[in-house]
Amino acid sequence: MASDGPADGVGGGRGAAMAQGLRAYGLIVGMWVRSTLAYRASFVMMAFGNFAATALDFVAIMLMFSQIDALGGFSLPEVAFLYGTSGVSLGLADLLLGSMDRLGRRVRDGTLDTLLLRPAPVFAQVAADRFALRRLGRITQSLLVLGWSLTRLDVDWTVGRMLMVPLMAVCGTAIFGAVFTAGAAFQFWAQDAAEVQNSFTYGGNAMLQYPPTVFAKDLVRGVTFLVPLAFVNWLPALRLLGRPDPLGLPGWADFLGPVVAALMCAGAAVAWRFGLRAYRSTGS
Amino acid sequence: MSGAAAAEQLIEVDGVEKVFSVRRKAGRLRRVRHEVRAVDGITFQVPRGEMVGYIGPNGAGKSTTIKMLTGILVPSGGRLRVAGIDPARERTRLARRIGVVFGQRTTLWWDLPLKDSYELVRRMYRVPDAVYRANLDRCIELLDLGPLLSVPVRQLSLGQRMRGDIAAALLHDPEVLYLDEPTIGLDVISKAKVRAFLREVNAERGTTVLLTTHDLTDIEQLCRRVMVIDHGHLVYDGGLDGLRAAGDGERTLVVDLERELPPIEGVPGARTVKVEGPRQWLAFPAAQSAAPLVAAVAERYPLVDLSVREPDIEDVIATLYAGGRVPEGRAAADPA
Amino acid sequence: MSATVWSVAVAAGSFRRYATYRIATVAGVFTNTVFGFIVAYTYIALWDARPHLGGYDQAQALTFVWTAQALLAASALMAGGGIDELQERIRSGDIAVDLYRPADLQLWWLAADLGRAALQLIGRGVAPMAVGALVFPLALPSDPLTWGWFLLSVTLGVVVSFALRYLVALASFWLLDGSGLALISGLACMFFSGMVLPLRVFPGDFGALAQLLPWAGILQVPADVLVGARSGATLASGLLFQAAWGVALLALGRLVQTAATRKVVVHGG
Repeated sequence: MASDGPADGVGGGRGAAMAQGLRAYGLIVGMWVRSTLAYRASFVMMAFGNFAATALDFVAIMLMFSQIDALGGFSLPEVAFLYGTSGVSLGLADLLLGSMDRLGRRVRDGTLDTLLLRPAPVFAQVAADRFALRRLGRITQSLLVLGWSLTRLDVDWTVGRMLMVPLMAVCGTAIFGAVFTAGAAFQFWAQDAAEVQNSFTYGGNAMLQYPPTVFAKDLVRGVTFLVPLAFVNWLPALRLLGRPDPLGLPGWADFLGPVVAALMCAGAAVAWRFGLRAYRSTGS
Repeated sequence: MSGAAAAEQLIEVDGVEKVFSVRRKAGRLRRVRHEVRAVDGITFQVPRGEMVGYIGPNGAGKSTTIKMLTGILVPSGGRLRVAGIDPARERTRLARRIGVVFGQRTTLWWDLPLKDSYELVRRMYRVPDAVYRANLDRCIELLDLGPLLSVPVRQLSLGQRMRGDIAAALLHDPEVLYLDEPTIGLDVISKAKVRAFLREVNAERGTTVLLTTHDLTDIEQLCRRVMVIDHGHLVYDGGLDGLRAAGDGERTLVVDLERELPPIEGVPGARTVKVEGPRQWLAFPAAQSAAPLVAAVAERYPLVDLSVREPDIEDVIATLYAGGRVPEGRAAADPA
Repeated sequence: MSATVWSVAVAAGSFRRYATYRIATVAGVFTNTVFGFIVAYTYIALWDARPHLGGYDQAQALTFVWTAQALLAASALMAGGGIDELQERIRSGDIAVDLYRPADLQLWWLAADLGRAALQLIGRGVAPMAVGALVFPLALPSDPLTWGWFLLSVTLGVVVSFALRYLVALASFWLLDGSGLALISGLACMFFSGMVLPLRVFPGDFGALAQLLPWAGILQVPADVLVGARSGATLASGLLFQAAWGVALLALGRLVQTAATRKVVVHGG
């Protein structure tokens, strides 16, 4: 049972700490949402901008398809399916943890210390920091593209296949979330390196929007085994679309998404712990 | 060692040190690691309910000490307990029992009304409603926060914001309050308000206060006990009066004579430092009594009036820093 | 005369200032390179399906990709470029001080922007381009003269980019919150510069129109010069196109600046 008294924390164990973290996350997110709504017009504009910026990526794809019928052997609805699944996953991770890349700045100006003074896990506080509702723009845009692709795809939709789509989104969110977290942990050491993680998050998303057949084998291997972003949508999507996987992995690999997501989250948690411990022993 | 005494000590610091490893450029590419001992084995105790000033020049180890006491930084050595809790190991448990105000870093929410920040504290610290209500009402009354509650924090003046920050740090009934430069940048009236409030909190609620400041008036008006840190060492720990004596401080005897006379001579232990018309200034060691001096002067000179001036605390501390010397026999003073 | 002297000093100062952000530069180079790889492979697939699309062969298309990554920071293709500092000064009112300085505001910021661009062209442009040239068959010119024309075209592109950003920043004199306009202009720049897709690939009249807008002068024209898609008369017309937009936008900026100065003087800052 969750203890309600002030004596939780270390004594309460992992479960209590998790509950405490979620609660703090919710409280801080609420504060940021209210702050955002204090400037309503600005918020609407920024949400639109977020929507439009991601929409431009898809406009580029449509412009490409105005000149061709297939890219790397994939039709427009198939590419749109990849685009939508990757975009929703990144969008959700971005919404939930996207401002963690500000950690380096907080370390530099010393404001991270104020988070260490509150009775809540630092991770929850950093994750909720500057929670930006405008990022719903990307999610909305990706959902629209995904929805459109589902109406055009030539797939025999069984219940199992239909369930795979939301499962992909959940695992994809967890995988991208792990990358955001690991990137933030890296900033405990390199405070100016915020842009590096963009390569893996936004860069990874840019890659996953296109069919794996477009890229060199080594690159595909890299995002399968090294930074396993391929499990966000490529492998399960290829299965759904009835396409062979360019690396010729065994069939069960297409269903490894949840396992990979769990492993990556565990890895990111370890990186975060190390980073925070290093910060608390060096102070910068 | 003594169990009974230890129970009363809210803050216990025993041989605590903090060593940073710094990489410094040496030549074009080479970098050399070297150690910086920011806090180099300090020991002190603070009993419950005391208000202590903690001062020292920039980079002396003040904020490193505070960061270790609050659990932000993990000490490299020594033993540290606050309310019986090891801050480094049980940071979140400790967080509920301490309040912290960083003078230059607000924890209030910039775009939201002041009361929203307080509401967050209530929920995050799980403050019971009755306690919250009572504490908030008290802060509102004593710090004049009433008209500010619905104003977005970004529209508050520096002084108003500081008052708001101090209230935020007290809503959860902390046993210890750490204040880092609470009066920095404030106007005279705000300073007075903040000081009066702190005195009240300390006296009425028995909240233990540890105060770092550059403004020595804060110390003079609030603290009976002062700790001075320099180069990571505690160079003084004792009463404010003792500090004056310790720092090679000199007191000044100001005498008004009947008429303009040449500088006073031949008074043992004193020397004339200034003459201005019929008024003369004589400096003498702070530890020495003024009575024989007054007698010696009155015996030989036509005395009209006199007064004794205590050494300026800033000068005292300046000489302490300059000398870097450790006054002896000044372990935790007990003013009782 | 003295304006030249202080302009050079301002540009040099700005160059040095951006040179101090070393780790950020390395991180930026890394990101530019990663994105370069991803886009390069999609273009290979595109040009495999449609060789000579938009008049580029595959090597030229790949060169376009790496040119875009190399100019991304220098020409501020995706916003940034330090002009937000100017916006902040306008919002805070500090700008009143600048307006009373003897140095011309527009020239001052142009000099600073050119200094920044020079550093970022070297710091963030050379490395991605070199990596791209090592891994992909690029259509880089062997003739040093073409490189010279390219640099001139890049410089003109930075001027156009600056003139646009300066106008957006000046809008803060009238707008309560300038971030919306900055956002829209940033998106327009990203799309109509060719950053998202070369303007030559845009279909029909839409493509023709896009090539006439000022943003075309920021990336598409310099890239065309580098890959040899413009030479002789088309090279001259390309540079003229950039120069014309540059002059026109700077002149417009000057008009707006005069109006802004009057506003500040009337309202006392």
